[in-house]
Order: sequence, then C-alpha cells, then structure tokens
Amino acid sequence: MSNKIFAVVTLTVAIALAAVTQLIPNEYFFSAAYTVLLFVILATAWNILGGYTGYVNFGSAAFFAIGAYTTVFVYNAFKAPLPVGIVAGTLVAGLAGLGLGYLTLRLRGVFFAIASLALAVVLYIFIVNWDYVGGARGAYVIQPREIPFGLPRYIHLIYAVQLVMAAIALVVARTIERSTLGRGLAAIRDDELAAECSGVPTLKLKIFSTMVSCALMGMAGTTFPYYLSYIEPSSAFSLSYAVNSIAMPLIGGMMSWMGPLIGAVLLGSVQQLVQVTVSSAWNLLIVGVLLVLFVTLAPNGIMGWVDAWRRRKGP
Amino acid sequence: MEVSWALVANAVIAGLLLGGFYAAMSVGISISFGMLDVVNIAHPAFIILGSYIAYIVNDRFGFDPIVVAVAVSPLFFLLGMVLYRIYYVCFERRGQESLRGLAFFFGILFITEVALVLIFGVDYRMVSTRYGDVTWRAGGVDFPMRLVVPFLVSMVMVIGVQLFLTRTFFGRAVLAVAQDQLALRLMGVNPVRVKELAFALSIATAGVAGAFLIVIQPVQPAIGREFIGLVFAVCVLGGMGSILGTLLGAFVLGLAESFTSTFFGPSWAPAVSFGLLLATLAFRPSGILGR
Amino acid sequence: MLGNSVLSALKHAALFIGLALTGTALAQQPLKIGFGMSLTGPLAGNGKAALIAMEIWRDDVNAKGGILGRKVEFVYYDDQTSPATVPSIYTKLLDVDKVDLVVSGYGTNVIAPAMPIVMQRNLTFMTLFGLNVNSKFNYDRYFQIMPAGPNPAVGWSQGFFDAAMSMNPKPKTVALVGADAEYPAMALEGAREHAKKTGLKIVYDKTYPPNTVDYSPIVRAIQATNPEVVFVASYPPDSAGMVRAANEVGLKTRIFGGGLVGPQFAALKTQLGPLLNGVVNYEFYVPDLGSKFPFLDQFLAKYQARAIVEKVDPLGFYLPPYAYAMMQVLEQAITATKGLDQAKRAEYIHKNTFDTYVGKVGFAKNGEWASSRVMMTQYHGITGNDVEQFKKPGRLTVLSPKEYKTGDLKAPYHENKK
Repeated sequence: MSNKIFAVVTLTVAIALAAVTQLIPNEYFFSAAYTVLLFVILATAWNILGGYTGYVNFGSAAFFAIGAYTTVFVYNAFKAPLPVGIVAGTLVAGLAGLGLGYLTLRLRGVFFAIASLALAVVLYIFIVNWDYVGGARGAYVIQPREIPFGLPRYIHLIYAVQLVMAAIALVVARTIERSTLGRGLAAIRDDELAAECSGVPTLKLKIFSTMVSCALMGMAGTTFPYYLSYIEPSSAFSLSYAVNSIAMPLIGGMMSWMGPLIGAVLLGSVQQLVQVTVSSAWNLLIVGVLLVLFVTLAPNGIMGWVDAWRRRKGP
Repeated sequence: MEVSWALVANAVIAGLLLGGFYAAMSVGISISFGMLDVVNIAHPAFIILGSYIAYIVNDRFGFDPIVVAVAVSPLFFLLGMVLYRIYYVCFERRGQESLRGLAFFFGILFITEVALVLIFGVDYRMVSTRYGDVTWRAGGVDFPMRLVVPFLVSMVMVIGVQLFLTRTFFGRAVLAVAQDQLALRLMGVNPVRVKELAFALSIATAGVAGAFLIVIQPVQPAIGREFIGLVFAVCVLGGMGSILGTLLGAFVLGLAESFTSTFFGPSWAPAVSFGLLLATLAFRPSGILGR
Repeated sequence: MLGNSVLSALKHAALFIGLALTGTALAQQPLKIGFGMSLTGPLAGNGKAALIAMEIWRDDVNAKGGILGRKVEFVYYDDQTSPATVPSIYTKLLDVDKVDLVVSGYGTNVIAPAMPIVMQRNLTFMTLFGLNVNSKFNYDRYFQIMPAGPNPAVGWSQGFFDAAMSMNPKPKTVALVGADAEYPAMALEGAREHAKKTGLKIVYDKTYPPNTVDYSPIVRAIQATNPEVVFVASYPPDSAGMVRAANEVGLKTRIFGGGLVGPQFAALKTQLGPLLNGVVNYEFYVPDLGSKFPFLDQFLAKYQARAIVEKVDPLGFYLPPYAYAMMQVLEQAITATKGLDQAKRAEYIHKNTFDTYVGKVGFAKNGEWASSRVMMTQYHGITGNDVEQFKKPGRLTVLSPKEYKTGDLKAPYHENKK
C-alpha cells in the first residue's frame, strides 16, 4: 500500500470512527479514549527516534509539556483558538528537539539520553518560574462555550481532534519507516559507524528524526490544557509520560508503526481500567513489571511474536 | 542584600558539604556508567532503598542510620551482583544493552519506587540522630552536623573506593575492564566476573549514600527520580570513569547550587546545575578530568 | 361520567399500589455520593485522612437512618493527586456509576479539572480545600469548606500580618519566601498585598524549588537583608527544612512563620518538637479551644482510633474536621430542600448558615466562606518529641481571630524559642 493511499485510508477511518463513536452515550468513554489516544501519539512519536533510530529519549514529558504550554501561551496572549495552539505547539516542540539534537547528537547515544533528561528538568524549572503561563500556580484554560460541528460537549470535540492527530502521527511514522530516510535510520540503529562509513549522513538524519519525533510529542500535548481546563508543571512534566512512551513501543514492538499503536492501546486501556478499579499504586507497578518482563523476555514486543509466529507458519 | 564575607564563607562551606554528599551519591554511577558502560538509571532507587532500610532500623531500634547502612552494605553488594547477572545474560551478551538495558533499568527504578509506596506509603520519613540538630559555629561561619557527618563519612567512602581501584589488584582489573576487555581476558581474568563485582560495589555505595540522604533531609519514595539527573550530571561534569573527577564534579555542582541559592534565588539552583551539564555535553563532553 | 370517575379512581388506585410497591423500594435505594480522592501521590497523607473523616460521617448519618430515608454509599477512586485522572474519574462516576451526587477531592489540582464537568451538568459542587479555584470559573454552585474567606489569598495571612503589626514599635521590613508550587505562590501573592496595605517594605521575595536539599543558604540570604518580619509559605518537607535551617543559622527576626503547611500534622510536630517554639503559624484546630467546638472531641477520638490503624496523621487537626463539616453542610442542605434538586440546594446553601463541628459556616457569593477564620497561633513550651503533649492544651497560643484569642504574640522570635 503506497503512502498516499495509507494516509487517505487512515484519515478516513479516523474521521469515521470519530463520527460513529459520538453515538456512545456516556462521557467516560471519551475521557478514557482521549488519554489512550494521547499515548498512541506519544508512543508513535518516541518510536521514530527510539525504535527506528536507536536513540533513547527520556524527556518525552518535556516535549509534551512544551506542546501544552505553547497552547497556554497563545491562549493567554492572543486568545487564539485550538487549531492555532496545535500548530504552534507542534512547531515549538520540533524546534526544541532540533536544539537538543544539535547540541548532543554528535556524542554517543547515552549522552543524548541523559541530556534529554536534563532538558526536562531545566524546562520544568523555567516553566515554574514563568508567571505568564501560570508558573507553579498553574494556568487555567476555559473551554469555549460554542462547540463546532454541533457536538454536545467539549470532550467530544477534543476526542475527535485527538483521533485525527493520532492518525496523522501514524501516517508520518509509516511514511518515514518506508522511505529512504527510514532505511538510513535503520542503518544508524544497527551500526552507526558502519552507516557513516557507507556514506549515510548520520548527523543530518538523526537531527531530522529527533525534530519530527519531538514535534509529534508536542502535538500530543497541545490539547491537554483544554482537556483539563487547568495545567500545572508537575503534572504536565509527569515522569509517567516518559515511562509510558518507552514502555508502550517496547511492548508493542519497535520495528514498525504498528507496534507503538498496539502497545499504547493495550497498556493505555489497562491503565485506564486499573485506575477505576484497583488502587492506583498498582498501576505503576504494572507498567514497571511489564516493561521489565518484555524487555528481558520479548525484546521485539508483541509485533515480534506475531512475526515469529508468521515465520513459523511458513511461506 | 548586604554581602558580608560571612555570607560568602557560609555559601562556600554549605556548597562543599553538599558536594560531598552529592559525591557519595554519584560515585556508584561513576563506576557503573563511567567504567562499566552500564547505564544504571535505577541507581537513585537503590539510594532510596538504603534510606528506607536505615529509617526502619533507626525507627525500631534507634541505631544511627549511617552505621546501619554500612552494616547492611553487603546485602546491597549481593543485590548488585544479582542485578548485573540478569543484565549481562539478557542484554550485554546479546549486544542489546544500549536501548533495552536502559529500558530495563528504568523499569527497575519504577518497580522499586512503587514497591516502597505500597509498603511505606507516600509520607515523608525522617531519622533522629544525636547530632542532627547540632551546629558548630566558628566566627560567623556555621557547620551543621547534619551535613558535616555525612560529608566526612562520604569522603572516607569515596577515597576508599579510589584507593581500592588504584591500589588493589582487583581494583585495577576494574579499571582495565573499562579500557580493554580482550586484553584482560588474555591475562587470565574473567572480565564478566570483574564487572559483576564492580557493579555490586556501585550498588553498595548507593545503599550507604541513602543513609546520608535521610540524615540530611526527609525522604519519600518518589524523590529518587529527582536525583537521576543530578547524579549523572555530576559524573559527566567531572569526567566519566574518574572518581576524583566525580568528586570534583560534585563540589562544582554543590558550590554552584549554593551560590545560586544564596545570591540569585534558590529557584534557579537546579537549572544552573543542569545548565552546566548541558554546556559540558555541548562543549567538553569528556568532562573536567575525563579521558 | 361515572365511567370517567371510575377510570380515574382505578388509575389512582393503580398508582397508589404501584407506588407502595416500588416507593418503598425507591426509599431504600442507597444515596450514592461519588468523588475522587488522593490516596496516592504527594497529598495522599491528607487525602486518606479526609476519606476517614468522610467515612465516619457516612457511618454517623446511616446510624441515624440515612438522608431522606436513604442509606449513604460512597463510590470513590484514587486520583493519584494528578489532574490528568480527574475528567475520567468524574465522567465515569456520573455516566457509568450513575452516582446521585459528587463532591470534590482534595486540593486545587483535582478540583479545577472537575469544574467544567460539573458546570456542564449544572451540579452543586462541595469542594475540599481548593485555593481560589472559583475566581476563574465564577460558578454560582461552587462551595468551599476551607475557612480562608471570600478573598482566600489575602484571608490566609491576615492573622499573621495583624499579629506582626501589633508589635511595638511597628515593623518596617518583611521577607517573603516560599516553595515553587501552587499553594505557596497563592499565599505569597496575598502576603504581598498585605505588605502594600501595611506599608511594609519587601526586602526579600524569592521562591525555592520543591526538591531543595539544604535550606541554610536560603535562610542566610534572608538574614542578610535583616527583615523584621519573615513570612514563609511552604509544604511539609520544606516547612521542616526551613524551621531546621532557622535554628541552624540562628535566624534573628521579630516574627517568623505564617503559612507553613506541615506543623499542623503529628509527623512534623513530633519531628521538630522544640524547634517549633516561637514560630507563628496557622492551625485549623487547637486543643486549647476544645470547649468552643462541641462534638469535635468525640469525632477526633473516632478519627484518631482509625488513623493509628491506617497509618495516617494521628492527630487529625487539619483536614478531617473540615471534611466532616463539608459533608454536614451537604446533608443539612439535602434534608432542608427535601430532595436532590441542584438549583434549590445551591440556593439554600447560599442563603443559610450551618451548624457544623467546626462551628457556624456561612458562604459568600463566590462560594468561599463569608469571613476568614484561619487561626494564627504561636508555638511555645514544646519539650521533647512525643505526640501526647500536642493532644492537650498548653502548646499553642491563639493570636487571632479575636473570638478565639487566648494570648498575645511574644516577640522577637529568636528570644522566645522556649
């Protein structure tokens, strides 16, 4: 399936899903689904740099928060509507990724990982001290009264937007995966030195991959302030985003665009379920244990199992 | 603000004392990451574990937490060995250590934190020590024992580790394993065993550092995450694989935080530390004393 | 004609029989109250304490036959002190669990995200200790049980600055310090307003990050500005750190404290012990005032028995009485309006005052308390680190408000640390 057809199909499916699910009467579905979709975007974004290129980014929360806070900023400054916030947030996050990449991608992958963690801390402190976006007190974003497309409540709109953004993220991931760029990234992942020697412009590709990955993470965060009406630094920068964005691709499978999708839907739904049934301390325990189990026993994730099973079945 | 010499002197003292404590927390990473190339991002989890063990014994029996931690360090040593074994079998042997090893330790970090929450809850825990509220004052300069005692023991520990690494056969084997594993094998030493014991040592130091932490400040399970960045910052700043570099990095960071706190506002102190880290990574990634 | 009346009589009879059969069943249907509560995360200590208080209320009410003849049941989930969980929790409570009423969790973090949901459905919302949340939403069915008064930021530190200005001669300078977090930021904002009103010159105004390890540099920097008044807004770990640092550095100032969260709880009271002497701070309940709050002793005894078993704050002077009072207001309003109509209940609560365990409660137009009742106290006479001394009177002097005052401020701070 060519990229264009895939894009059309995915977007159509997304919009159709958005329309059909409007019929579900209880709002809880939309709330839970929004959160799962958020993780779909984050996991897919992370995997572009993590699974495709082999560089671990611990600062997913930072880029997520950049997306969220950019939305808050344009809301405060220009009373701009959501679409403006989305575009702005994605761009700023992408630029931040570019900056981080430029500074640290000349070094070993491990330094990039640590730098991404450091960036998250510095950014957190910066936001905490920046009163214009609320600082430590948090910022309020009031959901507009008028809801377009005749949808009953704001959560329905936000959910639909998130669905479309998830589709976009998947399309981007698949396009990269099947392109020359993707092959270059895979070469970097497998053996960077060899790739460099074969003429792959590793630095350029890495920086580009980082930029796209971080931009998408920011995109995931842009609707967050609207979802909650309130955002404050410690929850925006929650390490749960960093852990989940790593665990989900790992569990789903890092080699293709389907892995993060599967991992996010599975793990995200389990977490949502646990949140309203058992005590939530177990929630984190589940993520941690699954992460460790999968990483030691099933390094290629669920997609890896599927592939192995397919191979065993024969041609 | 009147800037008296006493203010400056106190900022320097506080920075150095804090730096000593940071060094104790980071020396383990210097070994595991700097020399063995194992990105043990779960290191702070073991520090917190050490804090809690010190807390339990101190709460129940009243023994001094640092004494407890030193007594319990063989357990941490064993834990380190087991952990390394798993890491080696699952990742290093397969050549998958960069991504998956990282994820593995991340998972360990979380499991430890959540387990502590389930057992102890999220309330802050503190220990009571005989010297906790004592402060020596010498002509306008204060030396709170709460910081001095951990500082002194930490110095003993760090210098002890350095001596071990440079003066004993085994220690030099560790340094060698960092440089050339093949050569080591050719000399009849099993590099895996060496790495296992070195990693165990790093975890043992984490346990002891945990006791320092809980003497200095109240502890709850989630604060481990706050120290991940700091611990790695110290090592990178000082130079990977060099214990003295770690010590230097720790002092630099401690002083930077102390001065920023005192003169510019405590809000920016962590930013300064991490800004230093980012700058180091950008311009001199090998750190101050690195190879 | 006769046919019509027979028909109508039959209809009435059928209705009556039907009602009799199902009506009793309806009356026995439990009254479900839903909420999220911080059972894990940074505020879990308080959240669990509040939950205990609410459960005691539920048991007390059910022992008397429930509300309007219906037994009260709770449906609650752990919100992890994280705003991100709140929309899912409240939509589930309302749309899936179909609870009859919702109340809030503890703290601004979890109250704010719930506001759009309750506003969309026009629900009357009782809330537990959110700081000035309604100033953004201006919702007329929002009610807050924290006694900060109609302008919470300012009301919070009113007593502290009143006490400061009561010193003779009047102080001229003030230092403001607090943690980088929501409550302290709000408290400091209020303090700045007080400084302006009283003409105090602000000589230090900085915040520190929540994971600061060493507070001595901060206290030293404050000392270097020689303030006569030091106002601190902090959370438990930094409250402990600041008090310790003040003792370590030997802070010399005339009045110190004001907005420290933490010393209200047993953990910090016992940990700091005599280090607290001389500190001026807010408290919500003081054993010395026991006689002014009848029934509260009974409640506290029940609470303390459970708290020890469930390992939460063994004193319960902070959140629990107010959590209980919040539910009392709710209960009295439902009973008075004889039903669950949201509009009627909101109107009733706005127009009336309520007798609760924490005294008479009345609400202002914005849902906050009609007047500020934050008690400002000074610690003294604390010896050693045991908890029993705090259960009895004699360790706290209440400085304000006037109706509860038990003594005067002893200044300066560094000469009154006993």
